[in-house]
Amino acid sequence: MSEFRNFTLNFGPQHPAAHGVLRLVLEMDGEVIQKADPHIGLLHRGTEKLAETKPFNQSIGYMDRLDYVSMMCNEHSYVMAIEKLMGVEVPLRAQYIRVMFDEVTRILNHLMWLGAHGIDIGAMTVFLYCFREREDLMDCYEAVSGARMHATYYRPGGVYRDLPDTMPQHKPSKFRSVKDIARLNASRSGSLLDFLQDFTDRFPACVDEYETLLTDNRIWKQRTVNIGVVSPERALALGFSGPMLRGSGLAWDLRKKQPYDVYDRVDFDIPIGRNGDCYDRYLVRVEEMRQSNRIIRQCIDWLRANPGPVMVDDRKVRPPRREEMKGDMESLIHHFKLMTEGYSVPEGQAYAAVEAPKGEFGIWLVSDGANKPYRVKCRAPGFPHLAAVDEMVRGHMLADVVAVIGTADIVFGEIDR
Amino acid sequence: MTNPTEAPAEAVVEVPATPVARLKAALAERFGERVKALPAVAGEVAIEVTAADWRAVCAELRDAPELCFEQLVDLSGIDYLHYGIAEWKTESATRSGFSRGGTRFVGLGADAPAETAQSARYAVVVHLLSVTHNWRVRVQCPCAGGEVPIIDSIIEVWPSANWYEREAFDLYGILFNDHPDLRRILTDYGFIGHPFRKDFPLAGYVEVRYDPNRQRVVYEPVSIEPRVVVPKTLRDDNRYAPGLTARPAGRG
Repeated sequence: MSEFRNFTLNFGPQHPAAHGVLRLVLEMDGEVIQKADPHIGLLHRGTEKLAETKPFNQSIGYMDRLDYVSMMCNEHSYVMAIEKLMGVEVPLRAQYIRVMFDEVTRILNHLMWLGAHGIDIGAMTVFLYCFREREDLMDCYEAVSGARMHATYYRPGGVYRDLPDTMPQHKPSKFRSVKDIARLNASRSGSLLDFLQDFTDRFPACVDEYETLLTDNRIWKQRTVNIGVVSPERALALGFSGPMLRGSGLAWDLRKKQPYDVYDRVDFDIPIGRNGDCYDRYLVRVEEMRQSNRIIRQCIDWLRANPGPVMVDDRKVRPPRREEMKGDMESLIHHFKLMTEGYSVPEGQAYAAVEAPKGEFGIWLVSDGANKPYRVKCRAPGFPHLAAVDEMVRGHMLADVVAVIGTADIVFGEIDR
Repeated sequence: MTNPTEAPAEAVVEVPATPVARLKAALAERFGERVKALPAVAGEVAIEVTAADWRAVCAELRDAPELCFEQLVDLSGIDYLHYGIAEWKTESATRSGFSRGGTRFVGLGADAPAETAQSARYAVVVHLLSVTHNWRVRVQCPCAGGEVPIIDSIIEVWPSANWYEREAFDLYGILFNDHPDLRRILTDYGFIGHPFRKDFPLAGYVEVRYDPNRQRVVYEPVSIEPRVVVPKTLRDDNRYAPGLTARPAGRG
């Protein structure tokens, strides 16, 4: 008589559906998962330890590289923690810019997620559609900060600079005809706000396109409905946040419940799911893109009407402008001290959380009064989500592991830190 | 609009207005002497619990209807070894002048007396969230056991503590009683040491490269020298002096 035994399957770290460097050790009974043991840390860079050895401002760029598809939301949390400790008041215009770019980031993240999740479980086209729109938002990042991804745009006390009046243009080349260039540059002739407004006009139709591909698609539903079901109580106990929590039917959104910056001044709805499965979380995220679009529209209108400072006017926090340094000794000293030593943050602890696209991204900051943080802890939303993958995939088939990993929106930059 | 003079005197209730004040009152009423309130920035609440009482307090924080902390948002370790110690003198001039801080914490090993008022070098800190009441609390618990820090696991209170405790064990070497699976989580397989301890050098102890002769990856002692680009400085910043501002001083 032959003997049947469970066998162990190694999934990743080099696997296209492993979303980077996830290594899953799966205990299988035939094709059914008995146990999943995620091995993480292959992307561990010691961000928190590195931040302890640098002045506060020099770590903003590290925050971009945590969750590297929702860059500015991570920065937001970090600068908010510093502002909390220093008691810095951020100008209203900067708050609106931050909210606008948080929502741009949310769309960026959800587009990336939708494309990757689609391709993971067999929908090729949606990936190409998503990346088409991502490109425009990347251009917004570039216009405002000079970098397409790792912006380092938010600063304690505001944002690095005001929104630009021009957009980067496509240049003629031997690969593009003049007519093509003119078409591409048509929406780029005005300011960044004009470009974003044009985008928000186009974007709802784009979301409709994704939905025609997926929402009623029989294969899509077969792959996602009733897969990875989590009850709302269990979701709370497992530390879920963001769309993972809302997909289970809990209307919890930090932007509404604990509003930061100007989220209490903009109008938007929180979509929630009903069954807590992969399909509901998909619907939640798609609706969130539409709501983000709404928020961006409101921010554009406000920003057009209300010019003003985008950075706190405090020389102990914000470096002086170059022109001032040319003629003013005191500005030169301030600049020198800020660039070499940095500012000191008063002794204390603060926890600042934002509703990042993946969930609650929080920074716990401990300062002992020095020019460097004593301890920075990044509370990454993906960490508890990945920890719960074991519970979510038990009893499912091997192919569903990919759907569950996809629905959790795993990005290793933030999980491994 | 009601005229305040017409309002009956009984209507003036004792319940404090802000959620933070309500939470503080609820915590004080339930736990009394068992928890110590820590200073915190405006809008936050922080308490400290003793290691012996850790799991019991956590369970009560979750189950008490007036507190109702359903979610463990975050758990992490902290090492207070170098708390409040600068790498660079700023208060007094020196005969030799200021160096650019090429060395880190000279003579400040694990046995150096910590100037901090912390009762223990290591602590575990959790951030809790109540969805029902929409408030948060930070609970700090100093670890027992001196150089081998040990504390009770709170997995049975919040299952999400599992990986967080593994992380705190990996990075700080904090042991958790009754944790079912206390393995390393973030560092390499076979890693030695606990890298987030303050006496662990930033560059680490080993570096890794591919050796073409042996045709495998080899570990070697690090070849780079640790150096401090920007020294840690503590300045008497009078802008934050307690007399000048209402903001609470002191660590949370």
